[in-house]
Amino acid sequence: MEYLDFEAPIKEIEEQIAKAKQLQEETKVDMTSTLEELHHRLNQTRKHIYENLTAWQRVQLSRHPNRPYTLAYINYLTNGQFLELHGDRNVKDDKAMVGGWGLLDGRGVMFIGQQKGINTKMRQYRNFGMANPEGYRKALRLMKMAEKFNKPVVTLIDTPGAYPGLEAEERGQGEAIARNLLEMSVLKVPIICIIIGEGASGGALGIGVGDRVYMLENTWYSVISPESCSSILWRSWNFKEKAAEALKLTAKDMLEHGLIDGIIPEPLGGAHTDHETTFKTVKQYIIKALEELEPMKPEERIDQRIAKFTSMGVYAED
Amino acid sequence: MAWFKRNKEGITTSTSEKKETPEGLWYKCPRCKVITAVEDHQANLWVCTNCNYHEKINAKEYFQILFDNGQYVELDPNMKSVDPLNFVDTKKYTDRLSEAIKKVKVNEAVTTGVGKLNGRDIVIAAMNFNFIGGSMGSVVGEKIARAMKYGLKHKVPVMTISKSGGARMMEAAYSLMQMAKTAAWIARMREAGVPYISFLTDPTTGGVTASFAMLGDINIAEPGALIGFAGPRVVKETIGKDLPEGFQTSEFLLEHGFIDFIVERKNIKQKVDFFLQCVM
Ligand SMILES: [Zn+2]
Repeated sequence: MEYLDFEAPIKEIEEQIAKAKQLQEETKVDMTSTLEELHHRLNQTRKHIYENLTAWQRVQLSRHPNRPYTLAYINYLTNGQFLELHGDRNVKDDKAMVGGWGLLDGRGVMFIGQQKGINTKMRQYRNFGMANPEGYRKALRLMKMAEKFNKPVVTLIDTPGAYPGLEAEERGQGEAIARNLLEMSVLKVPIICIIIGEGASGGALGIGVGDRVYMLENTWYSVISPESCSSILWRSWNFKEKAAEALKLTAKDMLEHGLIDGIIPEPLGGAHTDHETTFKTVKQYIIKALEELEPMKPEERIDQRIAKFTSMGVYAED
Repeated sequence: MAWFKRNKEGITTSTSEKKETPEGLWYKCPRCKVITAVEDHQANLWVCTNCNYHEKINAKEYFQILFDNGQYVELDPNMKSVDPLNFVDTKKYTDRLSEAIKKVKVNEAVTTGVGKLNGRDIVIAAMNFNFIGGSMGSVVGEKIARAMKYGLKHKVPVMTISKSGGARMMEAAYSLMQMAKTAAWIARMREAGVPYISFLTDPTTGGVTASFAMLGDINIAEPGALIGFAGPRVVKETIGKDLPEGFQTSEFLLEHGFIDFIVERKNIKQKVDFFLQCVM
């Protein structure tokens, strides 16, 4: 397990627990009460830290290397019954965007999401979860297929942004994202979008127009990353904590501003400490949303979806 | 239409030089040259037990692999080509047709059938490559369109198995228009929500690639298949350079975004079944 800077007190107690266990093993001295005390302290410390997280700390958690990524969710949700599909039918198969058919409790669902790599080599292979235009076009192709078969779409969003590359521009990164926003607005089947990690800007929104948009508790979603914001507005990389606060990018802020539909709680200590519980909660949210959305007529869903995004924005007029 | 031969290791697409082993008891793999008993080769679904080379097989064999108990009802079994342009090249088209019918023992380059796949109704149109290079003329286009109409009418998924040199030159523009005809019926299937699976096998080129083979809800391919529009020789002559390793293989197409996944012959039935479970 890797620890973030603010998790140092947790690390310390966990090390003490490991030591006590080892001592007990070696000396056969009963350490039960010490261990109980340590576990209690661990819990208290976790609670204290996680109930008072700053925006920047949530950003750090959203990028925690032990956090589950898209394919891990899909694997759990479908119980391994997943048929991954590839390619945009145009230039390439984008490894940063994955998708395909899966069975969720026996029903066909189209799953789509950005995929980050789990180690150095895979991070390169997945382009750090930054999709190219062909990734967004693959996503759209799969959504249109779901529409043809009248099956719901679930997107799992986790990206530091759409890839800002030369070829990405040549192939129309902007056009690709724009087209997805348009097509997702009027897609005839239910769309559920979940931010599971980073929700950076257009790269996230490109698969993020849905009937339900949820954020996991320790994720962020905004128009820019706090680092980039700091560098542009403060003209320095050193104001990322300030920028994170200013951007109001946490799930709580986003919900308060009516920009998302709900927050999916994570286990105490964050999704990275307990993948299974995280997956289970996400599954409950998806099932519940589907139960609400599937009985509706397509036009009704589309009207509500468009009305929701139309209501976003603050202005004055006399 | 292109008959061609690839000299790169492993893939030969020439139509004449195989199955020449004595008495038909032995199969010599054109890629690794290892010899196996025809029986064993057959039991392995005509895939080399040594190097996994997927030998070209016809509709009859694919039907045996895909339909439950190999049982199906053939659609339009008696439809035959005519020679609308009185076409003669080094041979008369009518002679080519009658020779092919005699040699291959099928009436055309595609066979269509209805049967069950793991208990679910399905229409399959599979091509016979050794019937004039699996080329698409009026009959191939019409039979495929009718297979799709059947799928539409009965709400039954449709699968094509492509293996073709492309459009049939001897029917000139009639042949060309089969591309539009098949594409139009795929559009109808899209409107109606009828699943359409395109399975591309070695080789799939020319007008077949440029029409129904590329238009599946999912496009899937056998490993190592040659898939392209222009044949490799034409491309090579045009650009005046050697072609990159692996050019126009299934793997190349997967990387470039045109097929959803590569599937070995032994797994095709299960993959199609799972896809249909998800979408139906
Ligand atoms: Zn071999």
